[in-house]
Amino acid sequence: MQKEGQMREGQVRIPSGCAISGVINRDGRRVDGGAIAKSIAVMHDRSNGLGGGFAGYGIYPEYKDFYAFHIFYTNPTKKSDCEKFLEEHFEIINLSKIPTRKHPKITNEPLIWRYFVMPLPTKLSDSQLDGDEYTLRCVFKINTSFDGVYVFSSGKNMGVFKAVGYPEDVAEFYRLDGYSGYSWVAHGRYPTNTPGWWGGAHPFAVLDFSVVHNGEISSYDANRRFIEMFGYKCTLQTDTEVITYIWDYLVRRKKLTLNETAEVIAAPFWEKIKTMNESDRERLTYLRTVYSSLLITGPFSIIVGFEGGLLALNDRLKLRSMVVGEKNDTVYIASEESAIREIEPSLDRVWAPSGGEAVLVKLYEK
Amino acid sequence: MPINYDDNTYEVLRDRERCINCRVCERQCANLVHKYSAELSRMTADCMSCVDCQRCVSLCPTRALKIIKNPNVYRENANWNSAAIKSIYKQAGSGGVLLSSMGTPEPYPVYWDKILINASQVTNPSIDPLREPMETRVSLGHISQDIERDASGRLVNTVKQTLSLDVPIMFSAMSYGSISYNAHKSLAKAAEKLGIYYNTGEGGLHKDFYGYGKNTIVQVASGRFGVFKDYLDAGAAIEIKMGQGAKPGIGGHLPGEKIVEDVSKTRMIPMGTDAISPAPHHDIYSIEDLRQLVFSLKEATNYLKPVIVKIAAVHNVAAIASGIARSGADIIAIDGFRGGTGAAPTRIRDNVGIPIELALAEVDERLRREGIRNDVSLVVGGSIRNSADIVKAVALGADAVYIATGALLALGCHLCRSCHLGKCNWGIATQNPELVKRLNPEVGSERLVNLITAWKHEIEEMMGGMGINSIEALKGNRLMLRGVGLSQKELDILGIKHAGE
Ligand code: SF4
Ligand code: SF4
Repeated sequence: MQKEGQMREGQVRIPSGCAISGVINRDGRRVDGGAIAKSIAVMHDRSNGLGGGFAGYGIYPEYKDFYAFHIFYTNPTKKSDCEKFLEEHFEIINLSKIPTRKHPKITNEPLIWRYFVMPLPTKLSDSQLDGDEYTLRCVFKINTSFDGVYVFSSGKNMGVFKAVGYPEDVAEFYRLDGYSGYSWVAHGRYPTNTPGWWGGAHPFAVLDFSVVHNGEISSYDANRRFIEMFGYKCTLQTDTEVITYIWDYLVRRKKLTLNETAEVIAAPFWEKIKTMNESDRERLTYLRTVYSSLLITGPFSIIVGFEGGLLALNDRLKLRSMVVGEKNDTVYIASEESAIREIEPSLDRVWAPSGGEAVLVKLYEK
Repeated sequence: MPINYDDNTYEVLRDRERCINCRVCERQCANLVHKYSAELSRMTADCMSCVDCQRCVSLCPTRALKIIKNPNVYRENANWNSAAIKSIYKQAGSGGVLLSSMGTPEPYPVYWDKILINASQVTNPSIDPLREPMETRVSLGHISQDIERDASGRLVNTVKQTLSLDVPIMFSAMSYGSISYNAHKSLAKAAEKLGIYYNTGEGGLHKDFYGYGKNTIVQVASGRFGVFKDYLDAGAAIEIKMGQGAKPGIGGHLPGEKIVEDVSKTRMIPMGTDAISPAPHHDIYSIEDLRQLVFSLKEATNYLKPVIVKIAAVHNVAAIASGIARSGADIIAIDGFRGGTGAAPTRIRDNVGIPIELALAEVDERLRREGIRNDVSLVVGGSIRNSADIVKAVALGADAVYIATGALLALGCHLCRSCHLGKCNWGIATQNPELVKRLNPEVGSERLVNLITAWKHEIEEMMGGMGINSIEALKGNRLMLRGVGLSQKELDILGIKHAGE
């Protein structure tokens, strides 16, 4: 697969060696981004400085009903075009530059702006779409038709922060200690080719789904060619991008539950399905038959962030490490146990979920 | 005696030292090439009717026989080569259409041989099929992406009319009549054992084989031979044959001498009459008519069985397939122009249609662009020769493949391409009881099972090498393929990169 890395020179492909980490307070208690940055920093050697990023949930409570767009302008002259487009399609409730801090190891930064928006009611009803679908289509439109403009975060009450650099430096650059959220995910990249592009860092997000991923999937093109039938465009050609779209398609559009979605992408083997009780067997046979092209093979461990929870999942053979720890109301997920111990040395429980076993952690019901 | 302008294509070489005059060859050759001469006290041969089927060679106990190309040369001419000259002699003598059988032997490009498969190194582990499960099971049919739930929120299984295969390989249509009872029985038994399907072809289903129904695809072709209620109910799926790769645009012709008693009963036509399938279905002159036939067959079988529409790969195959995908069909079978036949006009076989690799790539891409790829499954055939061809076909986008020539080879066929003469010395393409009994269906089915089992292992090895442990993740995974020695246009059509890219 190294050949393919070269083949997509200028685009991004993540081979092995990434680090991922996630933390959630099930009681909804909000903490700043400092802890997650410390956790991912422990796994410094799993990244190579070519990309780091974070997603925080619950960070914009005062704007929680609005889509928060985080936008990179690598070509600042396109900013006004993009803003014109936004004005034509959304009511812009608030806009500002995202505060950053000069950092010696983070260079070549684009302009980074944030917009809290709401679809224009008339436009929305004309489109006959729901707000999410409308917003997503607008994001795709911006990302594919404005050169040098890239919306990298578009969910409600959540935000992605990413850059080219080591994750701990990225956290300082974005002043993540200034945001507080009930859950956080982080990613450190180890690409074998030079991307040099901020949009290529992770997490990858659509609406409020964000995905961090460690691995290299062998089903990539099968998944890509399937999901592209439904209006998604895999412009980055990364595994994470296609996984995020699959997640969005199955959960938001097909209304599968999170566990069912995990059963599609890391489906149990037929051999195992045969031995299950009737209702499981029926469900899994059905899901594998209907969404056979969304099965993901090859090594991966992912953490999916969404409003109200996190989900962690390994490929069905568990070809990538992933550990889960628990302490009181807080659940930690990371590529290595050390990354958890760094921020919580005395865990109540720590375990390595088996391949294909989804770990779903949600905020307590209120 | 009139002059015979043609010469013999093959020569029988007999090693006099080895020949013990046992006369086995004489008994084995239905073309009456070998003859014992009492006068000379030795075997003689009339090479003019030898078709190089290798039967006598295989059975000669002292290995005294060899069939070679006749070294006699016509004056060399790159344009008027000897084949071209001989065709003229033949037609000037007979006044008839030239007939041939099996797939075209002409040296057209075989794209499978210009495609290479990927394997994992370092960044992504390969998977050892001996240690880890490897899944080759596929379901074929119309599979709706829409979710339904019952009142308690449980998913409702809406996927009913599908075929489930343990390996993505099926035996494609060969009619009883064009091939023998024993050949059919071998295919049926093997399909049952392998958890796959065989296909009756257009000749109806012999009453003895109804028991294999759940592994049978019953075909409805333009001649409608042997089609009646029980026949439709017997199979697991119904295939409407619109075309065949070896002879796109024309029908079929089974000569009266092959319509022996059993064949006549199965086809429901009088003994000894020619069985002629018209070129088109006379109730299908457009796509709406096809839709009606699809639904009448579904109606007749209570919507319990998937309907396959089989077409030949022709120039605008993608547009045709897109129409079929919207016709209510569950599966589209595409037959490439190198596909086999029991009899076809030579000029059509050798000049009409397009290669299956290009047809498949185009159709899969077109259906995806239109967002309807999942409304149908794609099955491709027309010269799938080995497991690597299958891996490449699946990675290009096929759900499964059809094999026929490969299956007959497993039964002993030596590709002499003389099926239309009805004297197959291997007991396959014949109705002569003496010849038919040469093929033992027990042995035949076992050899077919061996072949598919071997291919399954090889497919698993190749998948494991790519780090893929389920065939679903290979389907349409074109990044796993690279072309060698192909033009940019060919690469674009195949949707793959060149090796090194
Ligand atoms: S036709 Fe077959 S059996 Fe007869 S001589 Fe030729 S090779 Fe031998
Ligand atoms: S089936 Fe028989 S007649 Fe036909 S090519 Fe094979 S060996 Fe020859």
